[in-house]
Amino acid sequence: MPDTITLQVTRYRPDADGPPTLQEYVVPLREEWAVLDGLNYIKDQLDGTLSFRWSCRMGICGSCGMTVNGDPALTCGTFLTDYAPGPVRVEPLANFPVIRDLVVEIDDFMRKLPEVKPWLVREDGEALDDVEFLQTPAEMDEYKQYSMCINCMLCYAACPVYGLEPDFLGPAAIALAQRYNLDSRDQGAHQRLDVLATAEGIWACTYVGECTTACPKGVDPAGAIQRYKLTAATRTLRSFLMPWRAR
Amino acid sequence: MAKRSSSEAVAWLLFSAGGVVSALLAPILLLLFGVIFPLGVLAPPEHAHMEAVLRHPLTQVVLLGLCVLSLLHWAHRFRYALHEGLQLKRLRAPINLLCYGGAIAGSLWAAVVVFG
Ligand code: SF4
Ligand code: FES
Repeated sequence: MPDTITLQVTRYRPDADGPPTLQEYVVPLREEWAVLDGLNYIKDQLDGTLSFRWSCRMGICGSCGMTVNGDPALTCGTFLTDYAPGPVRVEPLANFPVIRDLVVEIDDFMRKLPEVKPWLVREDGEALDDVEFLQTPAEMDEYKQYSMCINCMLCYAACPVYGLEPDFLGPAAIALAQRYNLDSRDQGAHQRLDVLATAEGIWACTYVGECTTACPKGVDPAGAIQRYKLTAATRTLRSFLMPWRAR
Repeated sequence: MAKRSSSEAVAWLLFSAGGVVSALLAPILLLLFGVIFPLGVLAPPEHAHMEAVLRHPLTQVVLLGLCVLSLLHWAHRFRYALHEGLQLKRLRAPINLLCYGGAIAGSLWAAVVVFG
């Protein structure tokens, strides 16, 4: 194994520079080093002006997502040795505006997320603080997978529909809506239906499936969307057949 | 905020139904009438027998259903291929007309062939 590897890193300052350029840095190649360790080496030893986001270094915070050799990845969970002898291209996540270097702006997602009410909605007026809602392990398994989402945005970077159609609600927001729809304590499913069953919601999805391939937490947003399409379509049929029961 | 779209829901249900029936029935029919009978692996049915089967209302309904749903499956897929694959979103109305109009025209033709 060689003892160094070259990183080709996107440099970009929208206010000062021209178009983004790739800058090469040679960093040590160590067995236990992730791409993020390489970037931190650059920042500490070679070039303090490089900007990127990270926090936990263990696949929990969701802030270190970048495009590594063309694929969206968590840089703290992607190892340099897998790319030896290199070079490794590190670029910002696709489909998002770039603030600087490897830092993207995710305001679009932050605006969309609250629309699907990703919290427990109760309609019976019980004060949530005073009651204990019991749940069996089987009931928890219904939504647990979707609760693993860390908002890392890899699925949005991977989704070709989101790239073409920025109004698309997107994989993680829909999976998070299902996270609450499928929770036995929640009563907000029909409120979410109005946001999800729209042309910009689930119906924009053409089941490409790249979101599920990209997701580092096994959330399977594509499956969540597909499953919800059936729910929404059955609801629609029911409101045709029994209009008096439609909400 | 965007409105709930029931036309998309119906289009998707027909698309899914078309995908299921064509995936189940089309390969069987193709295998029987395109490979097994022509190659003589199995003796093909008598013409009179075949005729009687095809005249049976149940066969006719199933065949027509297969044609109609498969065409609607195609329409949905082709619409997205044109909208997004070829980036023709601004031609939304003519594309919808082409796809769903084509599916309806094909369905009518299938009805004429099946019941004719
Ligand atoms: S669904 Fe997966 S890829 Fe998308 S934001 Fe959540 S954890 Fe990241
Ligand atoms: S640094 Fe937190 S997920 Fe990578």
